[in-house]
Amino acid sequence: MFFDNLPALAVAVPLFGAFLTPLVSKIGDRARNVFVILVMGLTTTVVFLLVNDVFTNGIQTYVFGGSYQPGETVIRIFFEVDGLSAFMAIIAVVLPLVAVIYSWGFMKKETGLDKYYTLILLMTTGMIGLVLTGDMFNFFVFLEITSISSAALVAFWVNKGKAVDAGFKYIVISTIGALFVLFAIALLYGQYDALNMAVLANSIQYTFLDKMALVLLLVALAMKAGIVPMHMWLPDAYGCAPSSVTLVLIGATQASLYGVFRVVFTLYGRELTTAVNQVSLNVLLSVFIVALALATIVVGVLMALKQSNLKRMIAFAAVAEIGYMILAVGAALSTITVDSNTGVTMLTESGEMALKGGLFHIINDALDIGLLFLVAGAIYYATRETSVNKLGGLARNMKYTTVFFLIGLLAVSGMPPMNGFASKLLIYESTYQINPILAVIAILCSILLLAVFVKVFHSVFLGPKLSVFKDTKEVPKSMLLAMGIIAIVIVFFGIFPELVVNNIVQPAADALTDMLKNGLYVKAVLGVI
Amino acid sequence: MIYNIPYLAVAALILVGLYGVVFKRNLIKMVIGVTLIESGVNLFLITLGYRKGSTAPIYTSSPGGLMSLPVPQALTLTSIVIGVAVLALMLSFIVYIYRHYKTLDARKIGGEDE
Repeated sequence: MFFDNLPALAVAVPLFGAFLTPLVSKIGDRARNVFVILVMGLTTTVVFLLVNDVFTNGIQTYVFGGSYQPGETVIRIFFEVDGLSAFMAIIAVVLPLVAVIYSWGFMKKETGLDKYYTLILLMTTGMIGLVLTGDMFNFFVFLEITSISSAALVAFWVNKGKAVDAGFKYIVISTIGALFVLFAIALLYGQYDALNMAVLANSIQYTFLDKMALVLLLVALAMKAGIVPMHMWLPDAYGCAPSSVTLVLIGATQASLYGVFRVVFTLYGRELTTAVNQVSLNVLLSVFIVALALATIVVGVLMALKQSNLKRMIAFAAVAEIGYMILAVGAALSTITVDSNTGVTMLTESGEMALKGGLFHIINDALDIGLLFLVAGAIYYATRETSVNKLGGLARNMKYTTVFFLIGLLAVSGMPPMNGFASKLLIYESTYQINPILAVIAILCSILLLAVFVKVFHSVFLGPKLSVFKDTKEVPKSMLLAMGIIAIVIVFFGIFPELVVNNIVQPAADALTDMLKNGLYVKAVLGVI
Repeated sequence: MIYNIPYLAVAALILVGLYGVVFKRNLIKMVIGVTLIESGVNLFLITLGYRKGSTAPIYTSSPGGLMSLPVPQALTLTSIVIGVAVLALMLSFIVYIYRHYKTLDARKIGGEDE
């Protein structure tokens, strides 16, 4: 009973938790905090059981309110969980869990926390649904749930005009993006009479309307993922939201990135080798994505260099990190070839490696940038100051936070032995084989990132003790615990990258290339290919 | 030609909406632009499901014969409900922005340092 309904429970548990939270808040603050952490813990357990199931038994399908045999036509709410969904679900559930632990101390002095926790749980629901669903319209609905709740959370500090402005920007951008997605869904539905992703992937023909739908989907999802030149909302939203919310926002951004991957590799997976004016679709997409990726990396790093607000600086670093992921995936796209003798479509070895590096970097970016944001939140909590120029000498007062910042700094700039090094090395190696210039730019920007954060480390933590911060104390234990969890995972991933790549990243990479080779995603729904 | 009028209306609504969002400085007008895009997309969905001479897809009271497709209508209803939530959220943001800055001009808000 319980184990048969894991995909539904992964969404239902945080959803019901969200509606119960205002009621539980009536009992007391402590009861509410414990309740929210318990709900998130339960969700995490459910998701991990589901992920384990997917990694051992292959793709799981789930139809709400009915039974279903492969091959039947169903117009129902439909979930399909493959390796990529499972991989993203881990990120979508771990980040909010850490965020609610962190919030216990960080948000203690705020009011309106019942709404805050309700929105965080709703956002978790949206993200998990977004990555698990196998239906285009559900995808749109979950996208909207995520954007509405996250926009409200970005503007949580309504007394700051800037935060409300950032929230407004975010909701306008994401609503327009979501409406583009809906328009594309209508274009596909009008032609193929189906909303199910697997059915669409099986019957897609790459007509003129399909091309339009592809462009609309890519632009909208890239806008929500914060890819340059559509990144202007991201530093504002990341910078103005409370740090605990920013951590969850990273997950929401990456869920949109998941949408890009799902559209390119699954929905249009069959058509990737179709030629348009003698250039095949995968090369076209690859050039487009790599160009955007390089722009994202360079703009992100250069803008990070000139910021003086700590959270905005980390936000621009986050933009650059997103560039690394799509750089790797875009480079991998260009290596797809059809063997002229056997007719088998496949990636070259460096392409496979780039794909793994890009996916591994998704989870690493969530951890590294997340840790830096939590440290920035801790500094704000202790000093009520965000400008790098006004801070100094904090290492003497906040020992643990200093260590966590150092770990985050090394990880984000790709220094061994942290996890950022493991994934960036995979990206450098593979992109160098595909095109050396890509690797050169990637390494150069990584070094610049190191320069950015070493500067911050020096001016915030080192130097003489400032008299203003004489009474500054270390942050509460719950915040240290949250940062500690992420820091331990970062170091663990850095020391045993093989373990992570083989067990978590490999199934996700296989799921991406699945439509080119076996078409298991379609087979799970239609029974045959 | 006459059957293409809904599609032309869809294109017009979306383009006018985009114009409003991109070029208008007043926040309320931007929100109106967003709702125009939404109306355009909803109209597109409804148009897809319609067949000439068809009746509403309510099975118990249908006279029989051709019925229009119910799925796009269900999608549109969901999309309208989501649209209301988004509209409410955007307008409440505008209330806070106006309280804080005493203006609705997009050029004059959010420029200050923290």
